[in-house]
Amino acid sequence: MADTITLTEDIRPQDPAAADGARVPTVIADRVDIVYRVNGTGAGRGSATAALNRILRREHAEKAAGVRKVHAVKSVSFTAYKGEAIGLIGTNGSGKSTLLKAVAGLLPVENGRIYTDGQPSLLGVNAALMNDLTGERNVHLGGLAMGMSKEQVRERYQEIVDFSGINEKGDFITLPMRTYSSGMAARLRFSIAAAKDHDVLMIDEALATGDRSFQKRSEARIRELRKHAGTVFLVSHNNKSIRDTCDRVLWLERGELRMDGPTEDVLKEYEKFTGK
Amino acid sequence: MSQVLDTPPPTATPGHPSDDAAALAARYGLTVSGARPTLPEYIRQLWARRHFITAFATAKLTAQYSQAKLGQVWQVMTPLLNAAVYYFIFGVLLGTKHGVPDYIPFLVTGVFIWTFTQSSIMAGTRAISGSLGLVRALHFPRAALPVSYALQQLQQLLFSMAALVVILLCFGVPLSFSWLLAVPVLVLQFTFNAGIAMIMARMGAKTPDIAQLMPFLLRTWMYVSGVMWSIDKVLSHSDLPHWAMVLLESNPAAVYIDLMRFALIDSFHAHQLPHHVWALAIGWALVAGAGGFIYFWKAEETYGRG
Repeated sequence: MADTITLTEDIRPQDPAAADGARVPTVIADRVDIVYRVNGTGAGRGSATAALNRILRREHAEKAAGVRKVHAVKSVSFTAYKGEAIGLIGTNGSGKSTLLKAVAGLLPVENGRIYTDGQPSLLGVNAALMNDLTGERNVHLGGLAMGMSKEQVRERYQEIVDFSGINEKGDFITLPMRTYSSGMAARLRFSIAAAKDHDVLMIDEALATGDRSFQKRSEARIRELRKHAGTVFLVSHNNKSIRDTCDRVLWLERGELRMDGPTEDVLKEYEKFTGK
Repeated sequence: MSQVLDTPPPTATPGHPSDDAAALAARYGLTVSGARPTLPEYIRQLWARRHFITAFATAKLTAQYSQAKLGQVWQVMTPLLNAAVYYFIFGVLLGTKHGVPDYIPFLVTGVFIWTFTQSSIMAGTRAISGSLGLVRALHFPRAALPVSYALQQLQQLLFSMAALVVILLCFGVPLSFSWLLAVPVLVLQFTFNAGIAMIMARMGAKTPDIAQLMPFLLRTWMYVSGVMWSIDKVLSHSDLPHWAMVLLESNPAAVYIDLMRFALIDSFHAHQLPHHVWALAIGWALVAGAGGFIYFWKAEETYGRG
């Protein structure tokens, strides 16, 4: 285990003190802890009294009263620089998505700080869309939810619809989204999300949507987004797409940063770890 | 496969690593992610999202009846049926008028205006806790959610008001210029509702149990707000202490309900209104609107934890 430590420290190229004008940081995570609290996990006996306990003695009795703490990210530090494409890998539940949400400012951190350049955005609008509305209205709603202006949405509307290919099989954009096949819905969601340019862009396993031809189109779109974005983060379980797009990789395991370094080195260790 | 984990110390210098990070961040002008913006900045951000707020409200309203065969016709049908039920119970079955002229217009106006406040508060309570997916996926000033839910209720009320106009004319209430007063009343009531919705949104985000409690509080509030009875008539021959009367009369829900009745129904005269009624209406709107907004903003960075 000791060699992992050496390896990690050796390849860590971004000692903050050594950074000078040549490398401009865009995201600095400083010993970030993220803790989820889950209510009502019923810690054994008497969950009603436990609930009362929870209300009366907030801080002290948290554990006794059945509030479970999930320490999702533990003391993670890294510095991302302009022009980097960083992959996040790790087994399921290792805290990758949670870390990205915290960088985007969507989840509060328990300890530590995250500094960012501008407002990083997570590629995804799923939550803003409504299945009972037509695809057309969802394009407008999703665009506005991402912070585009009314005019921008109107300008990009045709582009988004064409990119999604929803209308290839007839006039589907004027039908409610609940009538779409899961593939069609996923394509429309990706097309809406990818319509905006971002400074710091974070992509959470969005590459595996749709059929083969749509995947190719979305990979091309992501490369294009990378050109405009200062820094790109990509969460993926597909080592090939990490190799194709990223030059640096962060490996999270059980919420801890296990390795941080050039793609090839980290992936080699990761593949050894997962027994591939 | 080995599951033993060992993590290297995350920062190279164990002494004062956060100072280094803070200094580096300061040098390149990076800001803390997810920090609460200043109040003027927050207002500016919220204003920039105004189209999202209206689009979200309209979308919610439209989605409500999209599965029904009659579709959006229900927007007007629902309040009309509601009024019919009240007419049946109070007008036909009980025949109670409590000495109020034009009792059915009086009652229906009260029910619609009360429902606006009630459903804004209920929707506000769930605005954050019920939209956690949205809060955790996208970045926008969170006040957009309770305001949007209150706006959805206002749109809903406008449909009800269309139904109300039909009912008023059917019951022989004449069209008059005083109907224009309905506009400022609605603006003030909406500001009040949005403010309370924001307060409830913050409380509901922290303690979702409040949503279970609210229906009981709201029902109590409804019965003291003179929705089905005339506060003025009851107070004139009751021996309640003076402070209780003042409390009943300055209740914001009662103020907005009575103002709307005054605006729409010709037999509801100015002397039935409490003293300084417009000052009360404006005061409640300002206190709840501004207070609710600031109270909500104070916890902006904590929404989404849970």
